[in-house]
Amino acid sequence: MAKVIPNRVEMPRQKPEVRRHNFNEVAVGFDMELAQAEAERCLQCKKPRCIEGCPVMIDIPGFILKVQEGDMAGAVEVLKASNSLPAICGRVCPQETQCEELCVLGKKHEPVAIGRLERFVADWDLARGATIPELPPPTGKRVAVIGSGPAGLTCAADLAKMGHEVTIFESLHKAGGVLMYGIPEFRLPKAIVEAEVDYVRKLGVDIRLNSIIGRLFTVDELLGEQGYNAVFLGTGAGLPLFMGIPGENCNGVYSANEFLTRTNLMKAYLFPEYDTPIKIGRQVAVVGGGNVAMDSARCALRLGAGEATIVYRRSWEEMPARAEEVENAEAEGVIFKLLTNPVEIYGDEKGWVSGMRCIRMELGEPDESGRRRPVPIEGSEFDMDVDVVVMAIGTSPNPMVFTGTEGLGRTRWGTVAADEETGRTTKPQVWAGGDVLTGAATVISAMGAGKRAAADIDRFLRGEITVEDWA
Amino acid sequence: MYEILAKEDLAPITKLLVIEAPDVARKVRAGQFVIIRVSEEGERIPLTIADYDRQAGNITIVFQEAGKTTTHLGTLGVGDRLASLTGPLGNPTEIEHYGTVVCVGGGVGIAPIYPIARDLKEAGNRIISIIGARNRELLFWEDRIRFVSDEVIVCTDDGSYGRKALVTEPLKEVLEERGHEIERVWAIGPAIMMKFCSLTTKPFGVKTIVSLNPIMVDGTGMCGCCRVEVDGKTRFACVHGPEFDGHLVDWDLLMARQRIYLDEEKRALERWLRTSDE
Repeated sequence: MAKVIPNRVEMPRQKPEVRRHNFNEVAVGFDMELAQAEAERCLQCKKPRCIEGCPVMIDIPGFILKVQEGDMAGAVEVLKASNSLPAICGRVCPQETQCEELCVLGKKHEPVAIGRLERFVADWDLARGATIPELPPPTGKRVAVIGSGPAGLTCAADLAKMGHEVTIFESLHKAGGVLMYGIPEFRLPKAIVEAEVDYVRKLGVDIRLNSIIGRLFTVDELLGEQGYNAVFLGTGAGLPLFMGIPGENCNGVYSANEFLTRTNLMKAYLFPEYDTPIKIGRQVAVVGGGNVAMDSARCALRLGAGEATIVYRRSWEEMPARAEEVENAEAEGVIFKLLTNPVEIYGDEKGWVSGMRCIRMELGEPDESGRRRPVPIEGSEFDMDVDVVVMAIGTSPNPMVFTGTEGLGRTRWGTVAADEETGRTTKPQVWAGGDVLTGAATVISAMGAGKRAAADIDRFLRGEITVEDWA
Repeated sequence: MYEILAKEDLAPITKLLVIEAPDVARKVRAGQFVIIRVSEEGERIPLTIADYDRQAGNITIVFQEAGKTTTHLGTLGVGDRLASLTGPLGNPTEIEHYGTVVCVGGGVGIAPIYPIARDLKEAGNRIISIIGARNRELLFWEDRIRFVSDEVIVCTDDGSYGRKALVTEPLKEVLEERGHEIERVWAIGPAIMMKFCSLTTKPFGVKTIVSLNPIMVDGTGMCGCCRVEVDGKTRFACVHGPEFDGHLVDWDLLMARQRIYLDEEKRALERWLRTSDE
C-alpha cells in the first residue's frame, strides 16, 4: 500500500519583489531530490484517472514511476512517447483543470504535481541534448504543415516519427508561434522553445521560416504543383480583436498581440541592444481577464511601468486566466479593477492616450457560455488616469488562411470548419487543428489536435482512407 | 538566402539593393512590400517593391537612410545577407485598362511608383508621370520612369532640376487641363505628400490611390500596429492595404501614429552613429 504524503513539495520560485523586475522564469524548477520526493507521492493507481484528463494521453503514472526509480532515461522515453514538447507543457498547461484535477490523491489531499514533474523530466532531457528516437524507413509521402505553433509542431513531429517527409511553413522569422511571440520569457523561456523546436528539426522536419502561406505560396499550389500529399493548417488565432470604442487608435493603445510580440519575440525589454522599441507607460491599463491579459500586465511591470491594472468586465469567479497566473500577477503588484469596462479612450492634441473612461458593471443572467452576463450600471462612469492601454480581449483566426485555399469551409465565427476528432476540413487532403478551429484556447489542446490530425493524415497516406471519405 | 547581389547609391541618402529571394521574386507584384530585418537584434521594417526579376530570382528595394535600421542597412554590401526577408505582403495594385492615368512619385516614392506605372502601361493605359524631390541630388530613376510613361514632368522643390515646384502643382494643372480624360491617379511618397496630392485631386473627383506607410511589426495582420482609419473604419495597412483611396484616409491619424517612437528612434540612431565610429 503506497504511503500517503498529503502535501506537495514546495516549488522554488523567485520572490515577487525580485521577479517583477526581471524576465527570468518565476518557477525555478525541481532538482533530483525535490523531484523524487514529489514522485513518491504518486499512488500508482491501478486505474489512473489522471491520464483521462491529458489531451495527449501521457502515461502519467508510468513516467512518474521511472522518476521514483531514478531511471531518468526511462522517464523521458515514456513521456516523449506521447508528448513531443514536454518542457513546454510542463510549464504552460493548466494541469489544475486537467490531469491534476482528476488525481486520486487530490480527492483528499493536494494532487500530485504532475506538471512540475513533467517539466523536471523534460528539462533533464534537454540538458543532455534531447535523445532522438529511431525513425522508421521513409514512406516517400510529403506533408506541408502551415504554422509552427504547438499544433503544427506536434503534428509535424508525430508524422516524422511515422516516417513521412514534413515541411513546416512559418510566417515569422522564428518558429514557435504563440510559444515564441505570445507567452512571455518569464513563463516560457525562449531558449526552451528553441530547444524543443530543434528537437522537431532533428526528427527530420524541414522548417521554412519567413514563409507566409496565402501569399508566398497558397495551399492549392502546395497540393498542386509542389506535390504535397497532405496539408495541415495550424495557423492559430492571431487576428487581434479591438473593442471598437472611440480613441482606440490613439498613440499608446496596443493589441496584446503587438505588446507581447514587441516584448517577447522582438525583445523590446532589451532596447536599445535590440532595435524594437515599446512604450513603457506610467500607468498601464490591460483590458481583459485571460492568460494573455495577465501576461501583458506582468510584462508591463517588468518593462518598467509605474503601475499595471487589469480592467475586466466580469468578476474573479469568471476570470478565465489560470489561477496560478492571477496569483503571480497579484503578488507582483498588478492591480485588479473588476466589474469594470472601458467605454472611451481619451487622446490629447498630439494623439496620445491621456485617459480612459470606464463604466462599472454588475452580473446579470448567464449567457451561452454559462457565465453570468455583465451589464453596465447606468450613471457609474468614471475616468482612469492611464497613458498606455493594452487590449487583451481575445483573438480570432487570421483570414489569410482562406486565401488560395479553394473550398475550405468557414464557420460563422471565422474559424476553419473541421471535424474535431480527425481534423479533416471540407477540403480534401487538408486537415486543421488548434486555435484556427476552436478560436483562442490552450497550447495543450492545440497539441492534442495536432496529434489526432497526424494520426488521420497517416491513415490517408497509407491508403486506409481516400478522398472519397471526404463527405 | 537573402544575399545582397548588387548595391547602388541613387542619391546621398538613397540606396538600392538587389536581393536574392527566388520564391518572393516569382510571386511579387507591383504595390506589394516585403518586411526585412538587418540583423538578429534588428526590428522588422516594411519596404515596398521597386523591381523584381522572376527568372533570376531577385527583388529590388530602394530605401532612404532615415533612422538606425535603414542606416545600418545602408552599410551592407554585395555578399552580405539580411537576417530575414518576408513577402510578398499586402495586396498588389489593381492593374486594369483604365484609360489615361497619372502616376505621382515623391522622393523615395519614385521607386514603388515605377513598377506600378510599368504594369499600367503594359495593360494599355496612357501614363502621365510626375516625379519630384527636394533637390536634383535626391531625384533618381528619371530614365526608368520615362521608359514606361507617355508624358513625364520632373520637378524639384528648389528648382535645381526640372521645374521648380512641388508635385501637387503640375498635378493640379494636368487635372485642370485634362481632368475629364484622367481616370485614376496614383500618388506614393511621404505621408504629407500623399495627403496633399489627395486634397489636390479631390475637387476633380478623380479616384486617387495612395500607398500607406505606417509603422509595422509582423506585416501579416496579427498585431494591428499598422492600423489606419479609412472612411471612418479601422483597417490594417498590411492586409487591407497598403493601397487605399486617398480621399478617405485619416491623414492626421496616420502621421500621428508614425511619430509614436520618435524618441526611441532618435536614441537608437545616436547610439548607432556613436558605436559605429568606434
